[in-house]
Amino acid sequence: MKKINFWVLSLSAFIMNNSFALAQQDVAKPMQLGLREPATPQMERIAAFHDDLLMWIITVIVIFVTALLIWVAIKYNAKANPTPSKTTHNVLLEVIWTVVPVVILIVVAVPSFKLLYYLDRTEEPEMTLKVTGYQWYWGYEYQDTEGVSFLSYMIPEDEVDESKGQRRLLSTDNPVVLPIDTNIQILITAADVLHAFTVPAFGIKKDAVPGRMNETWVRIDKPGTYFGQCSEICGKDHSYMPIEIKAVTKDEFEKWLVEAKDKFAENAIPENGQQSNTLQLASYAGAQ
Amino acid sequence: MADHKPGFFTRWFCSTNHKDIGTLYIIFSIIAGIIGGWFSMMMRHELGDPGLQLAEDGQVWNVWITAHGLIMVFFVVMPGLIGGFGNWFVPLMIGAPDMAFPRLNNISFWLIVPAFLLLVASALIGSGAGTGWTVYPPLSSTLGHPGMSVDLAIFSLHLAGASSILGAANFITTIFNMRAPGMTLHKMPLFVWAMLITSFLLVLSLPVLGGAITMLLTDRNFGTAFFDPAGGGDPLLYQHLFWFFGHPEVYIMILPAFGIVSHIVATFSKKPVFGYLGMAYAMVAIGFVGFIVWAHHMYTSGIAVNTQAYFTAATLIIAVPTGVKIFSWIATMWGGSMTFPTPMLWAIGFIFLFTVGGVTGVVLANAGMDTSLHDTYYVVAHFHYVLSLGAVFALFAGFYYWIGKMSGRQYPEIWGKIHFWVTFVGVNLVFFPQHFLGLAGMPRRYVDYPAPIPPTELQGMLVNPIEKIQWIAAQDYGYHLWNYVSTLGAYISGFSVIIFIGIVVYTLFFGRKAEDNYWNVQPQTMTFEWTLSSPPPFHQFDIQPKVK
Repeated sequence: MKKINFWVLSLSAFIMNNSFALAQQDVAKPMQLGLREPATPQMERIAAFHDDLLMWIITVIVIFVTALLIWVAIKYNAKANPTPSKTTHNVLLEVIWTVVPVVILIVVAVPSFKLLYYLDRTEEPEMTLKVTGYQWYWGYEYQDTEGVSFLSYMIPEDEVDESKGQRRLLSTDNPVVLPIDTNIQILITAADVLHAFTVPAFGIKKDAVPGRMNETWVRIDKPGTYFGQCSEICGKDHSYMPIEIKAVTKDEFEKWLVEAKDKFAENAIPENGQQSNTLQLASYAGAQ
Repeated sequence: MADHKPGFFTRWFCSTNHKDIGTLYIIFSIIAGIIGGWFSMMMRHELGDPGLQLAEDGQVWNVWITAHGLIMVFFVVMPGLIGGFGNWFVPLMIGAPDMAFPRLNNISFWLIVPAFLLLVASALIGSGAGTGWTVYPPLSSTLGHPGMSVDLAIFSLHLAGASSILGAANFITTIFNMRAPGMTLHKMPLFVWAMLITSFLLVLSLPVLGGAITMLLTDRNFGTAFFDPAGGGDPLLYQHLFWFFGHPEVYIMILPAFGIVSHIVATFSKKPVFGYLGMAYAMVAIGFVGFIVWAHHMYTSGIAVNTQAYFTAATLIIAVPTGVKIFSWIATMWGGSMTFPTPMLWAIGFIFLFTVGGVTGVVLANAGMDTSLHDTYYVVAHFHYVLSLGAVFALFAGFYYWIGKMSGRQYPEIWGKIHFWVTFVGVNLVFFPQHFLGLAGMPRRYVDYPAPIPPTELQGMLVNPIEKIQWIAAQDYGYHLWNYVSTLGAYISGFSVIIFIGIVVYTLFFGRKAEDNYWNVQPQTMTFEWTLSSPPPFHQFDIQPKVK
């Protein structure tokens, strides 16, 4: 049923927004205890590393230390043990509690490095999205398609329409649309102060630094609406510059690109990445 | 006694006596703690519900978090542990009549008072300094903060830094030159070891902070461009400099806590500290490695992947000496004859909570994992477990352990225990749920978070918590629930502060007189302060004590 709805509604970009909102939306639940549901191989690996390895190790360590504390409090309190022992050293014991943590850390470090290098960048990007952080909104440029670039502001609280699936402090006026099953290179920079581009369900977070171009990548598994929020303090409206991403199939993405060319044709920010870079630096210097 | 009696002004404003200066530091730390705690209460109240409660906008909020962080680090934990207990007990424990440079000691204290006033001024003047305690440019440059607030905050840090450097030089000189005959470095009490290492960390790291904020100051006022890309600078340079100071700084706050906890655990187990040399050199190792892990605060900043890999490895290594300390404390208790008065409760609470904060540190050490958790509430929970529930627990442990020695009057035991349990429940309720918020992705330094606004009758604190929790749990998105629980915990913690103030007042005015060795410290765990009267004479050790 939802699928049929989807086809009918996706005729126009505007209505398409709604169908996705209703279809599949990634938000934190009130009772949530753990990480977000992964929507990319990146987040799947992060979640696996955390849930299947780290969480076990830290839980066992905390339980072990707590058990020891309870044990000594019962066994060696003044009533149970009036005469304290005189032991002050035990070389074997000290060697054990140095070596065992080292072994545990090696067990952590090996998958940790694998994860780190996997997350770093993609060898074969199929498309590039350039993200620019501003006080307090995001700018997006589709660098492979000339003419598609736009700014994305949070929908003000009093204009949020929950019936359209919009979320307070999360929905934006111009969501980023990205294709699924595509290696997407994301380039991140900032035009004024630091920001950080974050999408929890994707397992990505990179600072947006003026004068630098940072890189990360994603490959989205399934269509849906995904939210993120700026994650580096950037001034007054730090809490109010969310990231909204609509992931669609490749076909739908191509259609959207055509429409977006029209829609954003007269956009204020230039289409060409090189040009906009210069402008940003100029405006940055001008603000001094 | 040949005590001379200086008048009130001379005694408290021109003091060169390490005990009086220590007392001044402790009073200062408590007052700053109440102010910093007031900011926490406002912050937690603000986050109890989505929407704006107290803050007019995000800038006001940012000023609160900045003031809270800087106050707690520079004006509560450091003056309390280093200036307060360090000044009081380093000379006593090594058998010295005073610090090596008594007048330098005085200026150290009197620099921190104007530093605090400058910081408060920075929050009140103009739109305030809303940069976070890290003061990252360009937000802290004229671009983000055109007013004079950030300049005042920089001056505040200059003065506080100078104060700490002078104090550290004083401690190093005192500890190296004024130990009682026979007290070799390897016979020194662990608290003195902790203060020695802390002092070295201060002397080596604070000048780097001083340099960084001075560069920021000239960027702001004199047209330099150290951190401005438009002039060939780089914001990341500041981050490297800041964290080269900032990471040792967290060990500066926790090493004295380690020292205090070691003494308390030994005293109330009636056993010497297990693996004394291992304990001392574990602190040396932590201090050393603490200098080469700074960029683990910058994993997402765009540093190279190989750099991230190195800092992951180096950071994980810190868990080893930290583990040695935790296990040695437990081994000290093992086979002991333990009693559980208030200071011991705080010390055991410290060991447990520091372990919890330590293991989340191991999680965050992994650069890949940090991609998800960086700048979320998971980090907030982690560093409050090691600081708010670690260093602050040690502050309270030291307070209850030594207040009889310092004031000559003993606190009411039952109220000390009540204070401990109320605080323990309160702070865990505040910070444990923040792990859940962080894992779910809630960013830190947010004045408001995504969640449906509750109906009017369920807003605020004066509502039935069960009804409210039921309503929140029924919503289909948002970070409200754990924020609300955390805020409830903050009210309990705030209440515990009132209990503490009551205990302080009661102890000072009505506390029963304390004997010289009121904890019945056994010969095997004896340190010099227990050989003196309570309070010690104005000038102690007229006859130099000896260690055999």
